[in-house]
Amino acid sequence: MASEAHVETLALREQFDTEAQQKDASTLGMWVFLITEIMFFGGMFTAYTVYRSWYPNVFAVASSSCNIWIGMANTIVLLCSSYTMVMAVRSAQLGRKKAIINFLILTLLLGLVFLGVKGFEWAQKFQEHHVPGPSFHLEGTPLQHQAQLFFTLYFAMTGLHALHMVVGVGILSVLIFQTAKGKYSAKYFTPIDIAGLYWHFVDIIWIFLFPLLYLIDRHLPR
Amino acid sequence: MITAAVAERENYLNANYGIKSWLLTKDHKRIALLYLITITLFFAIGGLFATLIRIELLTPQGDLVSAETYNKLFTMHGVIMVFFFLVPSIPATLGNFFLPMMIGARDLAFPRINLLSWYLLVIGGVFAIYAMVAGGVDTGWTFYTPYSTSYSNTYVVATVLGIFVAGFSSILTGLNFIVTVHRMRAPGMTWFRLPLFVWSNYATALIMVLGTPVLAVTLVLVFCERALHIGIFDPALGGDPVLFQHLFWFYSHPAVYIMVLPGMGVISELISVYSRKRVFGYGFVAFSSVAIAVLGFLVWGHHLFVSGQSLFAGMVFSFLSYFVAIPSAVKVFNWTATLYKGSISYDTPMLYAFGFIGLFTIGGLTGLFVASLGFDVHVTDTYFVIAHFHYIMVGGTLMAYLGGIHYWWPKMTGRLYPEGWAKLSALLVFLGFNLTFFPQFILGYMGMPRRYHVYPPEFQVLHVLSTAGASVLAVGYLLPLCYLLWSLKYGPVAGSNPWKATGLEWQTASPPPTHNFDETPIVTHEAYDYSTVVPEVMQVG
Amino acid sequence: MALLLSFLPEQASTISVEVDHLLYFLLAVGVFFTILIFVAIFYFAIRYRRQSENELPPPIHGGLTLEILWSVIPFGLTMVMFAWGASVFFKESRPPDNSTQIYVVGKQWMWKLQHMEGQREINTLHIPVGRPVKLTMTSEDVIHSFYVPAFRTKQDVVPGRYTTTWFTPTKPGKYHLFCAEYCGNGHSRMIGWVYVMSPQDYQDWLSGGRSMGSMAENGEKLFQDLACGNCHKTDGSGRCPTLVGLYGKHVQLAGGRVVKVDEAYLRESILSPSAKVVAGFQPLMPTFQGLVTEEGVLQLIEYIKSLGEQPGTGTTPAESDTTNQTAKPSMDGSTSSNR
Repeated sequence: MASEAHVETLALREQFDTEAQQKDASTLGMWVFLITEIMFFGGMFTAYTVYRSWYPNVFAVASSSCNIWIGMANTIVLLCSSYTMVMAVRSAQLGRKKAIINFLILTLLLGLVFLGVKGFEWAQKFQEHHVPGPSFHLEGTPLQHQAQLFFTLYFAMTGLHALHMVVGVGILSVLIFQTAKGKYSAKYFTPIDIAGLYWHFVDIIWIFLFPLLYLIDRHLPR
Repeated sequence: MITAAVAERENYLNANYGIKSWLLTKDHKRIALLYLITITLFFAIGGLFATLIRIELLTPQGDLVSAETYNKLFTMHGVIMVFFFLVPSIPATLGNFFLPMMIGARDLAFPRINLLSWYLLVIGGVFAIYAMVAGGVDTGWTFYTPYSTSYSNTYVVATVLGIFVAGFSSILTGLNFIVTVHRMRAPGMTWFRLPLFVWSNYATALIMVLGTPVLAVTLVLVFCERALHIGIFDPALGGDPVLFQHLFWFYSHPAVYIMVLPGMGVISELISVYSRKRVFGYGFVAFSSVAIAVLGFLVWGHHLFVSGQSLFAGMVFSFLSYFVAIPSAVKVFNWTATLYKGSISYDTPMLYAFGFIGLFTIGGLTGLFVASLGFDVHVTDTYFVIAHFHYIMVGGTLMAYLGGIHYWWPKMTGRLYPEGWAKLSALLVFLGFNLTFFPQFILGYMGMPRRYHVYPPEFQVLHVLSTAGASVLAVGYLLPLCYLLWSLKYGPVAGSNPWKATGLEWQTASPPPTHNFDETPIVTHEAYDYSTVVPEVMQVG
Repeated sequence: MALLLSFLPEQASTISVEVDHLLYFLLAVGVFFTILIFVAIFYFAIRYRRQSENELPPPIHGGLTLEILWSVIPFGLTMVMFAWGASVFFKESRPPDNSTQIYVVGKQWMWKLQHMEGQREINTLHIPVGRPVKLTMTSEDVIHSFYVPAFRTKQDVVPGRYTTTWFTPTKPGKYHLFCAEYCGNGHSRMIGWVYVMSPQDYQDWLSGGRSMGSMAENGEKLFQDLACGNCHKTDGSGRCPTLVGLYGKHVQLAGGRVVKVDEAYLRESILSPSAKVVAGFQPLMPTFQGLVTEEGVLQLIEYIKSLGEQPGTGTTPAESDTTNQTAKPSMDGSTSSNR
């Protein structure tokens, strides 16, 4: 009886009938998860939109205080990491184990660079007293509370994004380890595939964060 | 003795033993039972709070407990009942158990994630119970800012964390259901052969996946605001307390449909089986679930009619709210029409189904009342609203949940329960419920505000009636607990299909084997084709 | 019906009658459909009860006509509910031009009310019968809600902004005032009474109270104490805009935006002055947050209003009258708003 529970493998768990069915299910699962992520960030974006429209001038001043070059550099780093991630998935499709590992390591390194730069940027904000709290102070506007709101949202959004990056880095490490052990082949590489989806999603979030937090209304003050 | 008769066949209950085989199980049926036990526990806790609230309200002076305690009681009642009982109730127990079986699958698509989501609910519950034991929380289950963020000095953070974690349990369950329904259907099980319980759980899963993350991020912001006072919801620091209400209700109104849609699915099954007829207007009932899920996201602002939102926003939200009423009405009419020329039996689950339709009709119609702007201004935040949503959530969801438990009990356990006791409890629940909550409609219109620890004496008569009803209701809830447990050992053996139902879950043994089906079923008929299970055909006039 | 009526709270405002009429309509629809469903279920359940264990009724798939019918008819009815409810709400949201202004500040756990004439009350509100009363409300701490069941009106009182509601009492008497938004331990004790009085009694009550000066007078005193006049000179020669005739006007801000000068704008400009600076002026003004109470802000606003108002902007004629007099507020507040 073909339909009875079969011997379980990674590529074919016992609840599935065929490997194709399992791959479809895993991919759909990741897409649904990414939709929940969009809603999750969506709540933040809503709060941001409301306050931006309430306090456009303060937000312009606060926005301008962010270092556009650091933000730009990080954007480029992430875009490159998306490229290397695509190459890792492509290598997996072709079953080139060594290439998978190399591209995953590259992606991982770029992710770490992003986090490092982000950490540096946050440290700068600490020194500049741009971190919400009792010692918060932003030059150029008397509306300190409202400016603090901008930085609250800045830290909440970039923090949440960085948290996703950290999780992504963790996933990549596991994948590198697993690939080295020979778990994936041209026949079965679903985890690499869906990790790719996740990584691109985290990139895209940054693609939205960068203009929202750094670029809008930059020309206004001064 | 009787046990010998069932012991011979291997099933999911006796496949292996030991606490580990349960706590590490990947079997959706075992996980469903873990959920069943967990939420029964939460229901008992929430019920205990409700009991204390009702006793307190017997007298207008507020002499049983202090105001602080009373506020904690209704908050914890709401938090536990909404987030730890009603939201997981039907999907995580009955849905978990039967959704894969109804579509002919061996399990959900992601069994490990399924187990994880149970653990998340438990961890969330532990946080909530910690908050409760450590001193309680008094913000109301709605956590309105700035009270919850700046003024309450109770255990808000622990409670919020608990709900946050439990929310991920809900998200993962929804994700699992969506993928399972899309990818795991047996050969021949087309979308329009799906039982309506599957449709409604699918619609529920959509809301869980789309709505819950917004609640999660809102709670993160509440957490930050409370811990760091950064001002995001604090008007003194430039924030907007009403923004919290928008974000909160963006989840929490659709959450009402998370709670009631699966119940509607159960009722569709029950009405069909016990009148032995195809559900009237199957397609309309199926699509109405999806319509409710989608429209449910557009109406959150009707909770804010008196919050100071603009006149225009109030109008739009009121207008849109009436659109949700239509698919709900369509369901009620179709269920009623299903009875027409049926072969109706009065088994206990059917009594619950009748109860559901009646109470849901009242709850739904009073929903039309409160969606009407001018009317809502008077009754919002009064007992009228309390009565309205209890008619939906208790009269609706809980009746459906109990009906579903009785209907599928023989499948889950292999045993039948004592019918007489079961009918008695169904009757007590129905009568007790109405006696408890109908007076609250009147109280509300008279002007009794909700969350009042002391109240003017003219409201006392109706409060006493309500408390009397609550004690009948309590007996009605305790009875099933007793006789269902009794039936585990002493109930008659059920057989695989005691109700002559058509769902795939009834075409396998009771209790089902670990992999649900000995052979993957191949579906050739639409749902609810009773000619496949009833042996002789007898025409009824 | 008589039993039903005995449960209705007293009808003591113009709007309460309309809300009750809406209730009758909603009840009629509700009761009709409830009975329809209950009767249908009972009838079918008995008429088509199972006669033998193996009975198989003929399958019925459904009927498009029925589906359309029971979607369209309820939809039509709900649209009536919407339109009716919306029209009542519309009236509830638009105070008439000749309303008497009363200011409400909610705080944990009491209601503080100020009359234009200067009378202040805590947890009681005295108003004359038959005259529309407009409440402008704010909160010092958390969200409260001003609820008078006999008037069928309720409005949340939100910190950081002004909300308004209004009613015209129709029957002298004593009515419950409740806080309807949960606000902490004393929520259920944040209650009071609304006394609706005949015009004569109201006059007596007004003149019987301690005379503390009208709100505008108190506002003027505060204005002087805080030395606002050093910059906001009446002749416009100061470093800041003159406040004479400001209320109700549209002003252009530094960013080019135009805003209307209403209570909310004045409040914001006192508490966070640099948020909306008028074009041509420097953001010099310090914040008065923490220096002025919410009630003080309301008095200042009332004083600024009394400095004259653009005609035809739709506030009380009593206030418009002061425009025609002098920059000074009328000394006898009670006569000015009782016309």
